[in-house]
Amino acid sequence: MTILLPGTLTDAYRMLSDDPDVTPVAGGTDLFAHWPENRVKQSTTYLDLSGLAELRSMRWTKSELVLGALTTYWDVVTDARVAAEFPNLVTAARQVGAVQIQARGTWAGNIVNASPAADGVPVLLAYDATVRLGSRDGVEDIPLDEFYLDYKKMRRRPDQLVTEIRIPRRTYQRAWFEKVGPRKSQAITKVGVAVTVAGETWRIAANSVAPTVCRCPALERYCAAVAGAKGQPLTSPSDLLPAIRSDVSPIDDIRSTAEYREQVLARILFHALNDAGV
Amino acid sequence: MSTNSVSIETTINGEKTSIDVTATERLLDVLRYRLGLTGSKEGCGEGECGACTVYLDGQPVNSCLIPAYQVRGRVVETIESIAPEQLGAFVASGATQCGACSPGVVMTAQWIVKHPHLLQSHGLRELMAGNLCRCTGYDGIIDALTETLAANGSAEEPVSGQDR
Ligand SMILES: Cc1cc2nc3c(=O)[nH]c(=O)nc-3n(C[C@H](O)[C@H](O)[C@H](O)COP(=O)(O)OP(=O)(O)OC[C@H]3O[C@@H](n4cnc5c(N)ncnc54)[C@H](O)[C@@H]3O)c2cc1C
Ligand code: FES
Repeated sequence: MTILLPGTLTDAYRMLSDDPDVTPVAGGTDLFAHWPENRVKQSTTYLDLSGLAELRSMRWTKSELVLGALTTYWDVVTDARVAAEFPNLVTAARQVGAVQIQARGTWAGNIVNASPAADGVPVLLAYDATVRLGSRDGVEDIPLDEFYLDYKKMRRRPDQLVTEIRIPRRTYQRAWFEKVGPRKSQAITKVGVAVTVAGETWRIAANSVAPTVCRCPALERYCAAVAGAKGQPLTSPSDLLPAIRSDVSPIDDIRSTAEYREQVLARILFHALNDAGV
Repeated sequence: MSTNSVSIETTINGEKTSIDVTATERLLDVLRYRLGLTGSKEGCGEGECGACTVYLDGQPVNSCLIPAYQVRGRVVETIESIAPEQLGAFVASGATQCGACSPGVVMTAQWIVKHPHLLQSHGLRELMAGNLCRCTGYDGIIDALTETLAANGSAEEPVSGQDR
């Protein structure tokens, strides 16, 4: 097992292109959670990102909030400006693990770990975030919505790092995120959903209901139509089930069942829509 | 097998320390087995229980999840840096029984005591949710914290008293 400690982003890119088998380490909360087993994988080379100042900052431009790849959940939880403009980021961050995990876990690590249960990803999807990938060959921007190809498969080459997550600044009338798990903290999501509404545009993204965290286009269209009084008014959660079934493909596993996930997703959305007067 | 080691400088409990660490060593291992700071405990080894909680640049973190090379140039504080006299309320309130969780519980609790403004947005139980205790039922811990905060004149009403 080998560790590489690049001093600059340029060094890191060079190390990654020299050896395609290198694993980047950010907060380590995914990589080291199974350390006793992983330690056995002696051939692994790790590349430590934690010393790279270029990846650390969180900044605002006129049109975007830019999260550097080392931005943690706690950075977001403690930022009043983020809470005011992108409340879903704070709501989700506060439900990741507990404060010790929030202080270390990064949004970029959450994206690249590519768990279907990742809580940071649905809120970023519902805010139309873009992933910026960097390598020795330059940068590439990929909408998060197009980033995942299949379970744990994504459009990131081994020589690329996520350098930034870019979130467009818009006026949202509504934003909410709901996570259902066995307890509020230190829990892996059974079903979760993030919603934003900007004018007539709805974004709905769900986690733990498909091989990847995913946008729900049928639900988005359905909710937009109901809200615009172009569709049938909602009378019960089951009205949402056809759209849910066309968008997601939950499974039975140790944490929950497919049926529970569908039903609960329908109810969360139904009650949230009711509360919002839709 | 090739394991390279790197030489790092770090500040532990106020002392500048130079140490060679390998790619496989976690901060918790270095603290316990290299430096003899055995106050931090390993409960789960996967970030769930909080028994290994230390401060990294002042922030509570799980030392079982931190590769040792990541603390280079940074400031680490362990339970050994907490003065016993700060713990009166914890003893009085029955905030401990078997004691396995206590080092971690005390670290997170003392962090809250030092940063009472956190209670404007967070409840005590949310902030303490990363420290599991199988003996006390948590009430003793929350009572001790509430009392300590009150004694410091920073007893803001917790935002929500719900279990997390
Ligand atoms: C106790 C516990 C509770 C948790 N609770 C939750 C939870 O409630 N919700 C949730 O979603 N997650 C949870 N997690 C998982 C984890 O904390 C998050 O996924 C976190 O965001 C991972 O970030 P990290 O920086 O620690 O990633 P790391 O472990 O450092 O890396 C994760 C993956 O991303 C890659 N990577 C990291 N940064 C980059 C980059 N810039 N470019 C390219 N690749 C990169 C790494 O190679 C690795 O494959 C929990 C973990 C633990 C241990
Ligand atoms: S031993 Fe580190 S959290 Fe349990």
